[in-house]
Amino acid sequence: MTALSALIRRDIRIALRVGGGALIGVLFFLTVTVLMPFAVGPDLALLSRLGPAILWLGALLASLLTLDRLFTADHEDGSLDLIVMSRTPLELACAAKALAHWLAAGLPLIVATPALGLLLNLDGTATVAVALTLLAGTPALTFTGMIGAALAVTLHRGGLLLAVLVLPLSIPVLIFGVAASQAAITGPMSFGTPFSILCALSLVSFVVGPFAAAASLRHGLD
Amino acid sequence: MSLIDLANPTKFLALTARVLPWLAGATVILLLIGLYQSAMAPDDYQQGATVKIMFIHVPNAWLSMFVWGIMSIASLGTLVWRHPLADVAAKAAAPIGAAFTFLALVTGSLWGRPMWGTYWEWDARLTSVLILFLMYLGLIALWRAVEDPSRAARAAAVLTLVGAINIPIIKFSVDWWNTLHQPASVIRMGGPTLDNAFLIPLLIMAIAFSLLFITLHLAAMRNEILRRRVRSLQMMQANQQRAA
Amino acid sequence: MAALGPYASFIVTSYGLVTAVVALLIVWIFLDYRQQTARLRELEASGIVRRSGRSAAEI
Repeated sequence: MTALSALIRRDIRIALRVGGGALIGVLFFLTVTVLMPFAVGPDLALLSRLGPAILWLGALLASLLTLDRLFTADHEDGSLDLIVMSRTPLELACAAKALAHWLAAGLPLIVATPALGLLLNLDGTATVAVALTLLAGTPALTFTGMIGAALAVTLHRGGLLLAVLVLPLSIPVLIFGVAASQAAITGPMSFGTPFSILCALSLVSFVVGPFAAAASLRHGLD
Repeated sequence: MSLIDLANPTKFLALTARVLPWLAGATVILLLIGLYQSAMAPDDYQQGATVKIMFIHVPNAWLSMFVWGIMSIASLGTLVWRHPLADVAAKAAAPIGAAFTFLALVTGSLWGRPMWGTYWEWDARLTSVLILFLMYLGLIALWRAVEDPSRAARAAAVLTLVGAINIPIIKFSVDWWNTLHQPASVIRMGGPTLDNAFLIPLLIMAIAFSLLFITLHLAAMRNEILRRRVRSLQMMQANQQRAA
Repeated sequence: MAALGPYASFIVTSYGLVTAVVALLIVWIFLDYRQQTARLRELEASGIVRRSGRSAAEI
């Protein structure tokens, strides 16, 4: 347990340091959201209707951007080999790394959501709904994205390949995340149905993600 | 002849060399019968002659999922049993599966044009197949990104299995998303309500296309085995030159 | 062709496309086979032998 918490603390510290990249995700999120009105026009009614979708897409792309570093940095300096060889089960270590990544890169996105909601003319309930769905949904993005990151690090080619592999897998999260926020804003459906499915997707990814990532690390690293 | 015997590539090559002509012949005969039957099939009272597209669309759509199933079993073979031919099977199947998925998409879209009035409708089935196509392309990209075949095989096996878990979830969520945004799809294609006049040609075509896949797959697996032999011989050649 | 109704072009196009793609697959697999066996022969002719000592090109 101490090994895992040490791993989490180390990862968060690295991510928040200069050059760590966690805050770049927030900056990217902000920039994507600011770019949207230039593409669709500054029509506030339209923007508030598209708001949840824009925020979700921005969060999806931002988490993808930072996921690239999840295993690469550790692979470069050799600490990944130590993690693989250590007595802690690799699955748990992967889960700990993903948790740390989410705390460092995912939570700031959710904190930034209210400010961005303001820019997109979302009212209070809508902003809270989007933030809540992001809170429930971004862990799923991190934990499924981790599979792609683990595959990419064993292949020495990150970046683009990661996006190609992970994006189709995140479609269910996107669908239910946006649907739950829309349900809270416009109805007619209840917020609970899509939101609980979103939580279920997150829970499934907690199980599948670490196992798949650990398997690909174990088989891929020599 | 058990699965263990097939693990020997040389035995596999010998066996497939004998089986392949028969398989190819059976495929051609069944395809001809199926095509004749579908040409003779009556027009649908709603869709008219466009129902003929169904006879090639449905087999391709069926194969697009069947091939992923085959690749998932092969991936289990790679990761769990370390069957030496499993990754050959998975790698050879991916481009063929992608081709069938592409055909399912295009024929679906061509079938949809007269029915819906547009080439592309965000219909639940069509959308799921599109996502499946993207996943095939990602898998092929993964195979191509790595030089070492056995390393690529294990990475692709993990991704294939994750995809196999994810495909039903994606299907479910796309269905749900679709009912949220628009009424049920226009194409009427209930399984049991299909008349025998359509069902029999469709079944024959489905079997014929499955045989076509098996034939192509075995041939592609043979190529892959030969490619690996070339690779190992080239490495031996390089070693000898270095030693000399 | 007249029997195919007003949408004959769609039906013919989809059948044609399926034929074309399947033909492409067959041609690709066939050319691939030829290329691999040719390379194997070349390598054997240059005196590289498999560890088993058996001929690689003969299958």
